[in-house]
Amino acid sequence: MNMRRTIGLGCGLVGAIGWISAADAAEQITFVSQGGAYQEAQTVAILDPSAKKLGITINQDSIPDAWPAIKTQVGSGKPIWDVVDTPTGYCLRGGEQGLIEKLDFAKMPNAAAMPEAYRSPYSVSYEFYSSVLAYSQKTFPKDAPNSWADFWDVKKFPGRRALRNHPIATLEAALMADGVAPDKLYPLDVDRAFKKLEEIKPNITVWWTSGAQSAQLLNDGEVDMEMAWNGRVSAVAKEGAKVAFTYNQGILQSTSLCILKGAPNLDTAVKFLNEAVDPVHQANLPLNIDYGPGNPKAFETSVIKPERAAQLPSEPVNAAKQALMSYAWWSSPAGEAAEKRWASFMQK
Amino acid sequence: MLALVSPALLVILALIVLPVGWLAWQSIYHDGFTLENYLRVFTEDIYWRSFALTFEISFAVTVIALLLGYPVAYLANSVPKGCSILILSLVVLPFWTSVLVRAYAWLALLQRTGVINQFLRYLDVISEPLALVHNTLGTVVATVHILLPFMVLPLYATMQKIPSDLMQAGASLGASPSLTFFRVFLPLSLPGVLAGCTMVFVLCLGFYITPELLGGGRTVMVSMLVSRNVELYNQFGAASAVAVVLLLSVLAIFFMVSRFIPLDRVLGQK
Repeated sequence: MNMRRTIGLGCGLVGAIGWISAADAAEQITFVSQGGAYQEAQTVAILDPSAKKLGITINQDSIPDAWPAIKTQVGSGKPIWDVVDTPTGYCLRGGEQGLIEKLDFAKMPNAAAMPEAYRSPYSVSYEFYSSVLAYSQKTFPKDAPNSWADFWDVKKFPGRRALRNHPIATLEAALMADGVAPDKLYPLDVDRAFKKLEEIKPNITVWWTSGAQSAQLLNDGEVDMEMAWNGRVSAVAKEGAKVAFTYNQGILQSTSLCILKGAPNLDTAVKFLNEAVDPVHQANLPLNIDYGPGNPKAFETSVIKPERAAQLPSEPVNAAKQALMSYAWWSSPAGEAAEKRWASFMQK
Repeated sequence: MLALVSPALLVILALIVLPVGWLAWQSIYHDGFTLENYLRVFTEDIYWRSFALTFEISFAVTVIALLLGYPVAYLANSVPKGCSILILSLVVLPFWTSVLVRAYAWLALLQRTGVINQFLRYLDVISEPLALVHNTLGTVVATVHILLPFMVLPLYATMQKIPSDLMQAGASLGASPSLTFFRVFLPLSLPGVLAGCTMVFVLCLGFYITPELLGGGRTVMVSMLVSRNVELYNQFGAASAVAVVLLLSVLAIFFMVSRFIPLDRVLGQK
């Protein structure tokens, strides 16, 4: 009897699996992002509208740092994710290591229409943020620091400082402080950048590791100026802290969408990628969170009001004041060597 | 007997032996066998510095925890039962709070605009805020706080087992209270000291969140090296090698300690 029940249960399960796979025929993808307020905002602005328009199901997953998971999933030969929203550098590095699908832009007209600097063979820019110079308005009620040279000038701008404990964007800032023009940064002169960093190192109180930490440092008055992500600074300012930032010499960075090699729903994933960078969906994102659209055409829709646009990192006037991060350089051998050099710089 | 313990053995195999084995395997195999990861750990400066710093901090934390914990355990042992329960629950209470919450609490206390600095400025003791956090000092303070129960509890357990007759005997032979303490009580409590120190030292070796949040980025302990190797440098092999070396150092410490006192005492049984 026990046996019969087991068989019955087994049949039921097989039936259920069959039913689920039938439902699978309605297209679906698994989309992975970084969670929190950011993922909620993109769900409202981009994911739900895209799913509706394409008639697909978008399953979501979130992980703060997708890279190790991408590596192990693709390495196991059976990835369960399709599309990942991750810092552009990982898409490129993953592409070179055979972990990320090469994209066919002929199938993605929306992405193909974007500026070439915003795409790579493996990825398409999805949203922009910026590493900016932020400062306390209490310490600097007027004549606030306005460039990386000011940040390095401890005589003219006394105060405590923080930088990110990471070479990306920090080396760029050091070079701009040393007089390199924002559009002449790459290939980075790594020696020169580290030399300039040695100069400011004794004046750095904290090398922060998370965005939350950078916000807290500024909010609590633990530091007077720091490099921080624009969205984090404006969030603190919204809560009433006397802090501000400048886009001047900011480092414009993006996360991109890319597709895992051997993704279970490759065709649907490609369709979704095209839809996700649709100008109107993209324009909806900054209405929900302080990040700029990855597709500049979003500014040509009437969705983003001019005063809102002026606050966003990828708005053309703001973008022109900044350096555009070259992820291609950072995932090159020279870039990887610079990353490794960072650890010994920190411990010296 | 075997049938009885086999489920437990299976759990240990699946949850401990296999993952650790996989970790060790990953550190020596990447498209063929290689010792490159270990060579790097033993030759590159940054690894040496991190290991040295980790052992230094662990040592400092252990000594401070002992100096703070011994009097507490002694007090808990010498007062009536009701009082000792109160003292011990005060020691254990912070234990139920998340490590992350405690790290942020220390930040609120120690930072430039924190409670301590503001109080000292209010008293006019200092004119400029002291650098109490975002350095090794802040890391050590918070780590001691988190690990103190691991010192007090084994000490208390050992002290409880010291018969009070012995102290009375010492006193009846004319020894002063301090002499009975140093000649009788202290030597008898040494197994507890060793047990507590081993626990605190070994746990401290693997600390991650506390130095990450309170170290200001300069206090790079071994666990942070592991995470940075995975996240930043994408080197799983190197991360595994570091983890294996750390694990082996811990086992070596346990082995050395076990030659002085039985391990089950260190681990808190009996």
